[in-house]
Amino acid sequence: MTQRLSFTHATIALVIAALLILFLLIPVATVIYVAFTNSDGSLTFSHFGSFFSLTLMRESFYNSLYVGGMSVLISSLISLPLAYFTMRFRFRGAVLIQTLGVLPLIMPPFVGAAAMQLLFGRSGSVNLLFNDWFGFGIPFMEGLNGVIFVEALHYFPFILLNLTVALANIDSAMEESAQNLGASGFRLFRRIVFPLAMPGYLAGAALVFLKVFDDVGTPLVLNVTNILAAQAYLRITSIGIDDPIGYVASLIMVIASIIALWGSTWLMRGRDYATQQRGGSTLAKRELKPWQAVFAYGWIILVLLVVLSPHLGILLLSFSKVWSYSVVPDVYTLDNYATVFRDSSGMMANTLLYCGLAAGADVILGTAIAYLILRTKLAGRQWLDLAATGAIAIPGVVLGIGYLRTFKDFQLPFTDEPFTAFWLIIVIAYAVRRLPYALRSCTAALQQLHISLEEAAENLGASKNRTIYRVVVPLMAGGILAGFVTSFLTAAVELSATIMLVTAQSNAPMSYGIYLYMQSIAGRGPGAALGVVAVVTVAIGTYFSNRLIRSRAAGQDSNPLNTGAHA
Amino acid sequence: MNTVVNRKVRVDIDNVSLAYGATQVLRDVSLQIEPGEFFALLGPSGSGKSTLLRMLAGFNQPQTGTIKVDGADITGVSPWRRDIGMVFQNYALWPHMTVAQNVAFGLEERKLPRADITRRTAAALDLVGLSDYGARRPNQLSGGQQQRVAVARTIAIEPKVLLLDEPLSNLDAKLRVHMRTELLALQRKLGITTIFVTHDQEEALSIADRVAVLDAGVIQQIGAPTELYDHPVNRFIANFIGTINLIAGAVDATARFTSPLLGDHRIPVKSGLSGAAELAIRPHALKIIAAESAASETLIWLDGSVTEREFLGEFMRYRVEAGGNVFTVDMPHFGGQNHTVGARVKLGIDPVTVTVLPAA
Repeated sequence: MTQRLSFTHATIALVIAALLILFLLIPVATVIYVAFTNSDGSLTFSHFGSFFSLTLMRESFYNSLYVGGMSVLISSLISLPLAYFTMRFRFRGAVLIQTLGVLPLIMPPFVGAAAMQLLFGRSGSVNLLFNDWFGFGIPFMEGLNGVIFVEALHYFPFILLNLTVALANIDSAMEESAQNLGASGFRLFRRIVFPLAMPGYLAGAALVFLKVFDDVGTPLVLNVTNILAAQAYLRITSIGIDDPIGYVASLIMVIASIIALWGSTWLMRGRDYATQQRGGSTLAKRELKPWQAVFAYGWIILVLLVVLSPHLGILLLSFSKVWSYSVVPDVYTLDNYATVFRDSSGMMANTLLYCGLAAGADVILGTAIAYLILRTKLAGRQWLDLAATGAIAIPGVVLGIGYLRTFKDFQLPFTDEPFTAFWLIIVIAYAVRRLPYALRSCTAALQQLHISLEEAAENLGASKNRTIYRVVVPLMAGGILAGFVTSFLTAAVELSATIMLVTAQSNAPMSYGIYLYMQSIAGRGPGAALGVVAVVTVAIGTYFSNRLIRSRAAGQDSNPLNTGAHA
Repeated sequence: MNTVVNRKVRVDIDNVSLAYGATQVLRDVSLQIEPGEFFALLGPSGSGKSTLLRMLAGFNQPQTGTIKVDGADITGVSPWRRDIGMVFQNYALWPHMTVAQNVAFGLEERKLPRADITRRTAAALDLVGLSDYGARRPNQLSGGQQQRVAVARTIAIEPKVLLLDEPLSNLDAKLRVHMRTELLALQRKLGITTIFVTHDQEEALSIADRVAVLDAGVIQQIGAPTELYDHPVNRFIANFIGTINLIAGAVDATARFTSPLLGDHRIPVKSGLSGAAELAIRPHALKIIAAESAASETLIWLDGSVTEREFLGEFMRYRVEAGGNVFTVDMPHFGGQNHTVGARVKLGIDPVTVTVLPAA
């Protein structure tokens, strides 16, 4: 590698590092710093003492862990049978599984929470029917139950998809050899299949835990305030930016997230089962016995009904004038849509602008980092990867608080407006929070690109930069686009950081608008209508980008070098 | 395995067929494998040999026909109830278990007392020379060691029949030769009926008692290695086992092979062949001498010239053009006495060492 080239690489790496330090490391460090210092700057642990001496905070701490753990458990119970049945039996549910996988992308839990209240709450549709039929109801939505129920239904696909991939990657000979030695049925699953799928399962479980821990919108919409994310938000917004309790809550959230992430990788250290050498044949899918078929189809239909219920509920709610104490709304109307298009079109435009900018920044950074990691020998390049990926462990509320505190004294040049009230800070928060997803897409795309394709270009006279421009980026385009779409879509429904950073209605995006509407009974109709608009936008975006990516991928499949390096 | 009293069992495969849609994978395959035999299924990829082996293990079901082990029909029995041990091509060692846990697995599934499991696990590891490796993980072992663990894991359950699916194909050339003698020694020691799948003819010929050669789902020939080599029944076998030279011709009414290439020479044919036929000659059964040398009367001589030569260490392999045919000829290598490319030579065919095959 020439001197000049490594100089360019180093410069790019330094710029990225500076951005990550300024907008991720320093804000998080500030939160940690404030949690450990008195107002005069001296070191103290007293904030932790005061935190745990407050009954509400202790309760919130336990509740957060409980809700996170239970959500993982319920998600696992939903996912395990679904994954196993689709992967090991001749079963027509595979398409449904794929559909279930994109649902959480399309609608975040806080949007559906209000609808779930109407469907599963004490006087919701299901309990009204249950009371009619059996004379009793089921407290799906009471207190923490409601949060767990909503979160598990929204996030179980993370476990399902990871588990499905893990099961698909198990060499069929692994199971056949166990059968050959006498194992079958549940013992085969318990002793061989599940342990081998464990890395995928744990990755999914950690993700679910993170998402639930991070979510501030769902508990607030369901009126549950005694959990950490809600407390961190409420302390900072109601008591003030200097309230140390909010920082302690934030720090605990970060620590729990890091433990979940680190724990899942630590448990699986050195056990990359998926890359084991694979035998020739794929495992023959077995026929379901009649009772198994009844159970499998019954389970998937039930899950599907419940999983679709928030979407259905939101749709009904958006068209309803009055909906209370009845199984379905009493009066239907289009007024809600008229209201949101009249009052909230600015928010829609804001969402497009913010998310477009953030996703654009993410794929540029993602491509650059992926290239530095995989194609250069730059010292410390893995730290870039670690820092960028580390954003995944920082809850949105915490990042928001970090920004507010870190930049509270910064004024925008030429105006008296504080930087923390400027809309760009929301874009930056989105970009930082979604960078891990974009980076993963870009890294995967570059990994699949065999280095010989680049060497061939260089051999024929293309410089490094020309090679990147003419060979690398075009071949990575599918992955880059996937990264852009994932960043864009997930940012469009982001609320945790948004809720901290929105200072005025005029600079609020749609997700904040939905949340605002959902605060009041009267606002639920318009809130649902805005939710439907967001969901439809996101769904259309997902559909078209999937088609685009798939058509590109189909064109590239014929290239044997594509997978050559990692086959 | 303190008790090497595996009762030797026979395996009968009767008229087994399997098709996937229009693709016939196995056609009417019948085989009898004798108790204690080391039997090889040999064939190119796609010949159906692995499918047949997987049928014995119970992973594929025949559409017609039966498979009997020790006289009992096992067609339709679940894989985990068969007691037929299989060593997988890629070993299929479970990465989440130690070597000892892998070996103990089948014994645990059989719900043996703990003490027996420990003892038999140790014995199986001892048998393959890996006593000290029980606590390791499979990915901490070399390819050859992994292969031995796979074998130990399978023989630990003392199966009625041992199936080996290309067990040596993932090893490098030197280790492969070493491991195959080790496998044979182990099989002889245990006396267990063993069926071995391979696409490598040298491997099959060197260790199997008998070999069945499959092609396109049909058994082409069954026999001892020397029988296959010396008396191939058709062109496929002749070509697949070793290298062969073929001369097109016909068997005349007096049961003698004639060919324009051989002129007036006629070679007597013992089998009842008639009509179009081919003369098959192994490269080492041919001889070349310099064109001006005196020729022995017992051979049939053709005039030719050397077009290529390859030095293969023990011998020199020549390509000789004669009468429009190209022959492969292996001659022992003696210092300085080789023929050069372009040299005029006489090509000698010994009528005693040839085989006449029906024309393909």
